[in-house]
Amino acid sequence: MTALTTHAPVLLIAIPLLGAFATPLIGKLGRGARNTLVGLVVLVVAGLAALLAVDVFTAGAPTIYEMGGGTFTFPLSGGQVPVRILFEVDSMSAFMGLITALIALTGAFFSFSYWKDRSGSNLYFSLFLLLTAGIFGMQMTGDMFNFFVFLEITSIAAASLVGFRVWLKQSQEAGFKVMAMYTLSGLFVLLAIGLLYGQYGHLNIAALASRLTGSLTDVIALGLLLTGLAMKAGAVPMHMWAPDAYGEAPAPTSAVLVANSQASLYGLFRVLFTLFGASVSTGAVGWILIVLALLTIFVGVTMALIQNDLKRLVAYGAVSQIGYMMLGVGVGLAVSATKPEFGLVAMQGGIFHMLNDAACVGLLFFASGAVIRASGTRDLNAMGGLAHGMKWTSVCFAIGAVALAGVPPFNGFASKFLIYEAAFKLSPFLAVIAVLSSILLLAVFVKAFQAAFLGPRTTAMAHVTDPSPGMMLPMVALVLVVVVFGLFPGFFVDHIVTPAAKALWLGRDAYINAVLGG
Amino acid sequence: MNGLTSGFGAWNPIAWALLFVGILVVSFIVRSLGNKGYKRGTGQTKVFLSGNEEPDTPDALHVRGDHLYWGMIDGLSAYYRRVKAWHTGILSDYVAWFVGVLGLVFVILVLVR
Repeated sequence: MTALTTHAPVLLIAIPLLGAFATPLIGKLGRGARNTLVGLVVLVVAGLAALLAVDVFTAGAPTIYEMGGGTFTFPLSGGQVPVRILFEVDSMSAFMGLITALIALTGAFFSFSYWKDRSGSNLYFSLFLLLTAGIFGMQMTGDMFNFFVFLEITSIAAASLVGFRVWLKQSQEAGFKVMAMYTLSGLFVLLAIGLLYGQYGHLNIAALASRLTGSLTDVIALGLLLTGLAMKAGAVPMHMWAPDAYGEAPAPTSAVLVANSQASLYGLFRVLFTLFGASVSTGAVGWILIVLALLTIFVGVTMALIQNDLKRLVAYGAVSQIGYMMLGVGVGLAVSATKPEFGLVAMQGGIFHMLNDAACVGLLFFASGAVIRASGTRDLNAMGGLAHGMKWTSVCFAIGAVALAGVPPFNGFASKFLIYEAAFKLSPFLAVIAVLSSILLLAVFVKAFQAAFLGPRTTAMAHVTDPSPGMMLPMVALVLVVVVFGLFPGFFVDHIVTPAAKALWLGRDAYINAVLGG
Repeated sequence: MNGLTSGFGAWNPIAWALLFVGILVVSFIVRSLGNKGYKRGTGQTKVFLSGNEEPDTPDALHVRGDHLYWGMIDGLSAYYRRVKAWHTGILSDYVAWFVGVLGLVFVILVLVR
């Protein structure tokens, strides 16, 4: 068990990566063999993520993993420079690993039934595991160049998955757009890393963080990283690729794409808090984040209101939720110099909302996928009365919708409660926009639920039924997460959210010292 | 353990859930006291559609997505005209927004440095 925990950071990447390349080969033996392989991979990865999280949360300090270990003893001493590839896992990385594990696990099992009897499913699962490996890599790495490499892996896999259904011209267009925007984002990130490497001669995050001076080069690198990663997270007004991608991707892929966007958001938070920290004006950067957050929340939710395509409606809802995470963490960053009590609360809210959003949006995309599969349309105006034949799906959709809109007692409310309260302390205006947008989001989902599920059973929808248990079970699993995290938020905030928030807000020195020594 | 405190506010979902269940029970009791003498299949059980004659087919009866919030969307038409105009669906416009934000972020960061 100790060896597993020790090697968990690299196994979280290596196992899905190997699984991705083995899937097309094992797939030759048949669908059952392929599903067994993919199922085992995601189960093992979920177990490892849980094991690593327990270890990191218990230790309360970052874990270092050196690729091809044995060269160095950490923390370093005597002015040694970390030139090997390092993974550095603190509570925030471990927390993000749990989110990825949850979505990979439910997404893979949902996909088994979703892709049943469809051609090309071996390649689909191969890309799915590649994306999972890339997301884990972004979250575990302690090295900026490796962060870029994993960012590119996620970009390639995500663009391929979005455009996977090559027989649909919209999918191809969305895949192309995602590929172009992700490439641009990757180029900006690479340019920033190049600037920092040219200036300081380091790629290790801890080593760079200990040397940044806030020079003009640093500020340019920060601008490139901030914009590139915010775009990949789907922040308005750089979000326009997101509804195309989430809307056109197969339903389980849309859920994993949200986890991918969250990984970029994690990268942004890591850059702002750990890499740059107080070497730049945290107040100004925090307010940039807050302004982007408000735009993301408001534009996302108002655009969702006018959608009649179910997937695009959920996609805009997902975009708006990225804004809540940015608002919470932005408030925390804006006040990080003085560290008032509400700053940590804001961080807790923003970070807790990442987990809650993954569960709610994942659930909504799964339910939307089931609805579209059963009804044969994405047009809300063509649907109606689906709850007659899809009772369980309608319950799952309703729970996901009210939770995402922040209706108590579900998990979305718990995290939004912390964000509202802390944002109000900084400026009541922020809280007003956040609360108003949540009410609007509820209106959005009232429209979607009424149009799709309520009303009399229409002639065109007379044949629909709930999906197979293989698709229902992942939805039920996410419903359980939504309900349990909503009813017992205190437990989860105390045990997994607060350590993650503190790792970002207060843990910069600990992150650096774990590699370089005190 | 189950609740949340923000230092200036508190949230207890279990207490809220118990209250919600209590309200549901009271609502059910009030409902059970209602008039049971209504006649099924008559105008008494029909959906009230502003005095209009009720359509016969389920397809005509259904309130669809487009039927909701049209007034609000119309009221916000000035906002929606602009916001929809941003969402052209053209890739070069996506890139233009990206570059524009990058430029703005650069200016702010350099000014506050």
